[in-house]
Amino acid sequence: MLLPIVLLATTLGHGAHAQTPEEKGLAIAREMDRRDSGWKDQRANLVMTLRNRQGQESRRELRISTLEVDGDGDKSLTLFDSPRDVKGTAFLSFTHATEPDDQWLYLPALKRVKRISSRNKSGSFMGSEFAYEDLSSQEVDKFRYKWLRDEALDGKQTTVVEYYPAYENSGYTRQVVWVDSEIWQVVRTEYYDRKNALLKTLTIDGYRQYLDKHWRADAMHMVNNQTGKSTSIEWSGYRFDTGLTDSDFNRNALKRTR
Amino acid sequence: MREGDGTVLVAPAARTSADDDGAPATFTAGPMRGVAVRARAILAAASLLAIASPLGALEVSGRVEIEPRAFLHAPEHPRQKHHGLSFAVQPEFYHSFDDDRQSLVFTPFLRLDTADDRRSHFDVRELMYQRVFDDFELRAGIGRVFWGVTESYHLVDVINQTDLVENIDLEDKLGQPLVNLTLARDWGVLDLFVLPGFRERTYPGREGRLRPEPYVDTGRATYESGAGRDRVDFAVRWSNAIGDFDIGVAHFRGTSREPRLLPLGICADGQPSPQLQCPPAGPPTAPPAEVVLAPRYEVVRRTSLDLQATKDATLWKLELLLESGQRDSHVAWVGGFEYTWYGINESDSDLGLLVEHLFDGRGARAPHPLENDLFAGVRLALNDEAGTDLVAAVIADAEGDGTAVTVEASRRIGDDWKVELEARAWNGVEDDDQLAPLRRDDYVQLTLSRFF
Repeated sequence: MLLPIVLLATTLGHGAHAQTPEEKGLAIAREMDRRDSGWKDQRANLVMTLRNRQGQESRRELRISTLEVDGDGDKSLTLFDSPRDVKGTAFLSFTHATEPDDQWLYLPALKRVKRISSRNKSGSFMGSEFAYEDLSSQEVDKFRYKWLRDEALDGKQTTVVEYYPAYENSGYTRQVVWVDSEIWQVVRTEYYDRKNALLKTLTIDGYRQYLDKHWRADAMHMVNNQTGKSTSIEWSGYRFDTGLTDSDFNRNALKRTR
Repeated sequence: MREGDGTVLVAPAARTSADDDGAPATFTAGPMRGVAVRARAILAAASLLAIASPLGALEVSGRVEIEPRAFLHAPEHPRQKHHGLSFAVQPEFYHSFDDDRQSLVFTPFLRLDTADDRRSHFDVRELMYQRVFDDFELRAGIGRVFWGVTESYHLVDVINQTDLVENIDLEDKLGQPLVNLTLARDWGVLDLFVLPGFRERTYPGREGRLRPEPYVDTGRATYESGAGRDRVDFAVRWSNAIGDFDIGVAHFRGTSREPRLLPLGICADGQPSPQLQCPPAGPPTAPPAEVVLAPRYEVVRRTSLDLQATKDATLWKLELLLESGQRDSHVAWVGGFEYTWYGINESDSDLGLLVEHLFDGRGARAPHPLENDLFAGVRLALNDEAGTDLVAAVIADAEGDGTAVTVEASRRIGDDWKVELEARAWNGVEDDDQLAPLRRDDYVQLTLSRFF
């Protein structure tokens, strides 16, 4: 039985004394992290559909393997299947909470592994409306938090928390995040640019529970409120605890995996 | 997502002194003569892969391309052409089994060119079996291995021979027969290579452009090793990522991938004459009917370091090489940095600045023109749906006036097509410069590729 998020968030705080909105926001983030830990490794396929203002579409197909790392950010290996001119390209990332991530790119035509700068947090991922930082692993220490309010959203009870990036080179001043009170997962995010104007809105649908514990979404939809462009992501083929180890996430594996 | 910049302009270099030691010449077949034989072997291998496919999926992908190229100046020789049209295909057949622990990949390549017979060529880029064990990995077959960190010139990258007729930027490589054992441990990755069989560098033919003067007669290649092309070479490389540093240390013992090009007289009766006189023996009675350049492949030991420090938006890069052969030893390096401004003008575009210094201790005796040169380039990546990007670069001789300029741009069209533009020009090159034969060969080429 899931306790209502507000009640639990309160009990996680400082006992009887009233929580500040910042304490409450942090408690919610910690509880979200705690509830989703323990998946060890995860594999999934995704299809990105990019739409411009005229409705023209282009597709990107990727496969992502992720290794859960205790006490640090996760490790991930992303394989590109389309568009076909970048087929075989692979991307290895060791994420860290506040330190810069370590990133390598594998370029199949030259068989070259290249260490790349991870400064480009706010840049577009493959021309999509998702920035690199939107797709990076979510660590508690990456943000400061502030609870705003609880409200119903599309018939679901949600709690609304503001996230402030604690890492450098973010493209955002803040994110306003709607968390489903029942499953403790993000269902909507508004991204505010460096001038604090609404830049993008993300909605996440189709949560399903795996291994009786981990909730994963089937669909994400990001709309750029300033340009009218949008990107949808369809997720499929989730698998957990498949036996991946550190040796599947190094520069050698980056060259080898396909 | 684009490949390395491919911005260097290296002319195949002509040596002017006939200081060959007179070892017997190894005559090799012209590139097209072996094509039919090899094509049959490849088809046989491909059918083996097809038979194996019931064990798992056979994945087929690849690209076909058409490539018009136009030269901006009239050719030096009347038989050379003003422009050319080229067609190329490179399919890839991939099959994995044993839960992806074993795999086979086969990547043949074929180019047909209207302007230069020697540019029409076939190669097996890959025909590789790979097996991943718990503690090590094994690869055997024909393949491509890349080492290094710099952009202007890949100094330490030694396993594969350059396919020079593809592009004079030296980025295209011929498939190399190899057996590779890889040990990935906490202390880094150790790669051991046995390289049975040597691949000769490809050169444009007599009627081709972008070639030394006179042309290189690849059929008259000679070797220092008595085993010739059958010498078995060895290489070992340790690499690791330690904090912000990516480090590689390697050693190679074998036939140099970079030949010296020696003038060779051809007498009226077809006899070769390194002395440039006819007859080759006895008192000279006539000059040779023709002079060509003959590749001379020497045995070398190479020890190299490649190092990259990734500091925020700046990548510091160094490739250092110590090479010794029978006659002498020398040091060479390529070093510099790459800095990127991300999201310029509040857009998704990134602008990169590349600066590198190239040095070769042999100076003017180096078999390439990059003995003391500065490289500077910019790379603009729009990060749009079409993956549009542009690279412009210049290499300037630090001691002379010669410069080489390259512009490369590419853009995806739809999901499966790509168009690439490439232009190169040489300016202020003096008569005694190794780049001198390229002065009339400024060109623009367009490549339209369909991926499948």
